[in-house]
Amino acid sequence: MVVIDRRSMLTGAAGLILAGTVGAVAQETPVKGGVLNMIAQPEPPILMVGLNTQGPTLYVGGQIYQSLLTYGTDLKPLPSLAKSWVVAEDGLTYTFTLQDNVKWHDGKPFSADDVVFTADKFLRESHPRWRLIATTYVESITSPAPNQVVFKLKKPFSAFLHAFELSSFPIIPKHLYDNGTDYRTNPANQTPIGTGPFKLKEWKRGSYIHLVRNEDYWKPGQPYLDELYFRIIPDSASRAVAFEKGTVDVLRGGDVEGFEVRRLVKLKDVENTTSGWENYAPLVFMEMNQRTMPFSDKNVRKAIMHAIDREFIVKNIFFGLGKVATGPFASTTLYYSSDVPAYPFDMAKAKKLLADAKVNPADYSIRLMPLPYGAAWDRMAEYIKQQIAQLGFKIAITGVDAGGWSQKMSDFDFDLSFNFTYQYGDPALGVARHYLSNNIIKGTPYGNNEHYINPKVDELFNLAAGAVSQDVAAKAYAEAQKIIVDDVALGWLYEMQNVTIYRNKVKNLVKTGIGLNQYMDEVWIAK
Amino acid sequence: MKTLDFLFQRLLKAILVVLGVVILNFMLIHMAPGDPASVLAGEAGAGDAKYIAQLRAQFGLDQPLYWQLWTYLQGVLTGDLGFSYRNQVPVMTLILERLPATLLLTGCAFVFSLVLGIALGVIAAYKRGSIADSLVMTSALVFYATPLFWIALMAVLVFSLHLDWLPPFDMESIGTGYTGWARAADIAHHLVLPTVTLGLFFTAVYTRLTRASMLEVMALDFVKTARAKGVPKAQVIRRHVLRNAILPVFTFASMQAGQLVGGAVLTETVFAWPGIGRLMFDALLQRDYPVLLGVFLVTAAVVVIVNLIADLMYRFVDPRIEAAN
Repeated sequence: MVVIDRRSMLTGAAGLILAGTVGAVAQETPVKGGVLNMIAQPEPPILMVGLNTQGPTLYVGGQIYQSLLTYGTDLKPLPSLAKSWVVAEDGLTYTFTLQDNVKWHDGKPFSADDVVFTADKFLRESHPRWRLIATTYVESITSPAPNQVVFKLKKPFSAFLHAFELSSFPIIPKHLYDNGTDYRTNPANQTPIGTGPFKLKEWKRGSYIHLVRNEDYWKPGQPYLDELYFRIIPDSASRAVAFEKGTVDVLRGGDVEGFEVRRLVKLKDVENTTSGWENYAPLVFMEMNQRTMPFSDKNVRKAIMHAIDREFIVKNIFFGLGKVATGPFASTTLYYSSDVPAYPFDMAKAKKLLADAKVNPADYSIRLMPLPYGAAWDRMAEYIKQQIAQLGFKIAITGVDAGGWSQKMSDFDFDLSFNFTYQYGDPALGVARHYLSNNIIKGTPYGNNEHYINPKVDELFNLAAGAVSQDVAAKAYAEAQKIIVDDVALGWLYEMQNVTIYRNKVKNLVKTGIGLNQYMDEVWIAK
Repeated sequence: MKTLDFLFQRLLKAILVVLGVVILNFMLIHMAPGDPASVLAGEAGAGDAKYIAQLRAQFGLDQPLYWQLWTYLQGVLTGDLGFSYRNQVPVMTLILERLPATLLLTGCAFVFSLVLGIALGVIAAYKRGSIADSLVMTSALVFYATPLFWIALMAVLVFSLHLDWLPPFDMESIGTGYTGWARAADIAHHLVLPTVTLGLFFTAVYTRLTRASMLEVMALDFVKTARAKGVPKAQVIRRHVLRNAILPVFTFASMQAGQLVGGAVLTETVFAWPGIGRLMFDALLQRDYPVLLGVFLVTAAVVVIVNLIADLMYRFVDPRIEAAN
């Protein structure tokens, strides 16, 4: 499954390790006051994160709504609206204790009832990812006390504790939504009410979104900032100018083109970090439709992998903003294993593989469908077309827009396409969906669209997802990775790297594995 | 009476044109692969088939196409342009929020290009063969041939980033709380770059058109007669030549309305101008059918109205048209 803000983050594209300030933690004393100017690109359609998980929606909405947990750059769960949690030994009961004195922005008290409503009603109906988890694993959700929520599972799910970040589990006010109205047309969507450190003051569509400090925030003395402005600047070159002129203080990964990143990080009083994407760990790959020849033959898929110089793609097409992927798991994802077969660039080997398999490339015409996310992606398509043509295949690029891409992928109407996935920390949440054979479902572009079927891999993924012991899960995932990479289930290209660029007067900006989607209650501006 | 009959006939035609545009656009949009449900599901990150089907049912996309069109037309006739799938607000609200900004920008660009284009065209014709003529015509050629987005980017680089004379984007300064004249002045300041950028191409067109038309009229006998009778050259140009030469410019100007909206998509993008052009572009990418159709309808209506006004104006600009009728 792909996700949050595919378009916006892709405009800039990925990698190059820049002088990092990973998880910058300020040593100075925070100062109260100030206005932080940022960019929301593209403009979010709504700010209600329970109904839209596009990147910009989470970026802005993440200041208004909160989830039960958040995650560190090491992917460990951290408190958010839940101050503590206990997992039963059998892995079937999760008990969360909520923060005290939390109020919604309209003054109503927040309680466990809101969490139960969110999990059992709102998200079950409107959130495809949570619905899948709830239906498959959750037996009951109850609130034995006003500050306590208990999830009982039907069977153990090792990734369950990773399913509570903002994009997966934003808490919704029961008093505004549990009134029989259609969630999508509820008027409250236009006046978002959350528990976060900032409240919506004004949204001038096409121009800016203005948030102001929540004076009744549950953390005493926070947030430090007075106001947040999210500017709407549709053009990437204009966004670079806005940062250069000081109109905005922060550029999120993808706000500007890769070649601008190199220039902007060198500006005076500017810092940058590649941290803050650990939870999402976007990984780019090729989908080869295995329903028919030539891609139903594993040797052809291997030949394709050897025919592509992925270092070249990262260095020359994406300006070094990335890292070659070794397999289905991003290197920052839990249970990642590097002990997998490698596919170095070797055109001779690629040709030999085809010859050994008695495949005559000239017999096949391949349609290559790029992701319609801008020039860098087009260039990657052109490069890959050129490489595959060298093997002797007839190959043509078929251009589509985002809607068309989505439709064709959903209908399995492609030969070779690009895609990328967010991993959500645990492979059971973001990775398995691309390889499980029971996820070959027409009508969605983000499942097992390549038609990969390997019963052993199904077994290992299910074993790991249901494991109570981390060791069992790790062993199963390591074996699954080996098999999947040997099968070349997908053509993994690279792990995207997004750079956050900001003025050095802005402190505590990126602290967690969800980066700028994290509420900014501890961010402050040095005078 | 004749004018009223004419107006009635033209209004009737205008309504039919707008209706035709709505139906045609409706069919075209639905022919494109992909629909809002799959785009939304994609953004949600894991749209399963059931979820996509649920969204389609919610949006009425599971109904036969003719029924969707009928429902839409019924809404349009009662002033309801539908509900945006993505923004979850009525389409009319979205359009009304954004339309004034586009009308302001395109209106200013229209006036700027028309006034400057005609003035330069007259000067070039009047001073035919001079350095001024060469300068005007060369500049017109350059601006006619240069892509709009490049002019926009260069204008931002030079006048905003390096010289710091003009704001590079936005319609007004954010967070200043300006009101009244201070706000008007602030908006005017922000208007300069997008107006000039959007208007330069048309300025070039009007300049060339005016000059050519003027030279053609200046060669006619009645002009020579007027000059022979001792009427000063400036007066001949102003009262006789220009009035006859202006008609082709006028015709082209009435067609400019539609093209301006097209150009506004680009200008609004570069200058972060919160208008309808950008709304249309985003709606297209996101397959937000109701918004797209609403924008098409409103822009078609604007173009039709402008053309209607132009048709009426003809009769005042050139009384021979009224007499011929």
